[in-house]
Amino acid sequence: MAGQSNHELSLFSAEELEFIAEDEIVDIVPNLKMGPLNFISGDFGPFTPQIVTQVPLWLAIALKKRGKCSIHPPQWMSVEKLSQVLETERDSQEMSDQLPFHYVEISRLLFDHARDNIPNLYMVRSLIEDIRNVRFHKVETDLEGFNGRTIAVKIKNLSAMEVNIVRPFIGKALQAFYKHDSPELIPDPERVSDRRPQVVNNAPRRQLRR
Amino acid sequence: MASSSGAEGASLDDYDSLIATTDVELLKRAWRNEKAAPEILRFEFHLISRVKEQIQLMEETVEEKSSGGNNPLSVSLYQMDLDRTLFLLRSYLRIRIQKIEKYMFHILKTEELWNRLSKDEKDFARTCTGDLNRHLEETVLSKLPENYQSVLKQSVISEEDDMVPEPELDTFVLCRSKEYLTGIQLEDGPADDRSKLFEMEPGVLHFICYKSIKALVESGKIDLL
Repeated sequence: MAGQSNHELSLFSAEELEFIAEDEIVDIVPNLKMGPLNFISGDFGPFTPQIVTQVPLWLAIALKKRGKCSIHPPQWMSVEKLSQVLETERDSQEMSDQLPFHYVEISRLLFDHARDNIPNLYMVRSLIEDIRNVRFHKVETDLEGFNGRTIAVKIKNLSAMEVNIVRPFIGKALQAFYKHDSPELIPDPERVSDRRPQVVNNAPRRQLRR
Repeated sequence: MASSSGAEGASLDDYDSLIATTDVELLKRAWRNEKAAPEILRFEFHLISRVKEQIQLMEETVEEKSSGGNNPLSVSLYQMDLDRTLFLLRSYLRIRIQKIEKYMFHILKTEELWNRLSKDEKDFARTCTGDLNRHLEETVLSKLPENYQSVLKQSVISEEDDMVPEPELDTFVLCRSKEYLTGIQLEDGPADDRSKLFEMEPGVLHFICYKSIKALVESGKIDLL
């Protein structure tokens, strides 16, 4: 079905994650005068030239595309802050909590639509790329520590995109551990004998390709 | 608040409107939960009717503004906001329909699940099962030996309906709690973990078996994502 991600695999598509991230609030400096906007999703504005105001990212991008504002990149998107984050990430196996949940999507959207508003664009971009890589490497090493005893896995400070990438794997792995550990699935000899080798399995049958 | 007919979630809705979350925010949460949960969740009667109302109002406003020679920029921004809300609503309803299509026989015979559907969804599920039943009957089942003609059972000796797909409640889901939760009983865990109580700090992500936190999702204490 168009516009729906495959439920079995990654739950949220990249576009859907971006959609969610577009509701994050950013600062903009408008260069037009416009009354307040009373949206279903909340009230924003009024807009006065040179006066900073806060709007969701999608609105900021819409205005930016029409040349009606400049976007203030969030504080964490500075070379100084990002270098510090990168250092912290490299120093410890723990994931740092200094970046927002949607940092990948937010930075991506701003790179695509507001590149002229980001000081040191190339530096910032490569720092974020590095941070992503370091973090993802940590996630991968963490996964090696998995074992069947885990009934619940706690993951600290994983970002939305990282979650989405590891979700299919962790989900399936945990489920496999869980299943092999579960007494219900060890066939009961009495039942099997009078029912032929026909195990009740009400899990959904393989779906036809849509 | 809309009328209080039909749903037990009214108190939750009250609480949420108290802390001034917009309905779009609530709809987004319902959408994420619905997407992530293996089974169908309770239809958000109040929320959906409120959102539909707001959408209708906004459609009228946009119509008015665009014909009234208003600032075209502001009209297009209103339209974008409207489109975003519409997307959420459609996606929410579609996921539910997908689940109903997948598990219709199971939903139809399980009262608890049946009561989670909206009126339209119930109509849909009824027609759908009827059609599928008839189709299978005509094309396959009527041509099989007598003992194998049930839609729900593999053969007459099956004690339970073993041809009915059910949602896998032991799927692992990703969730986040809003408050500090303690004493979550992981009853269905591996044998040695079963008695252990589990606690959850707010904001920390957990991969956990859906069955163990089912009740907490239903009461709105935990969000899936």
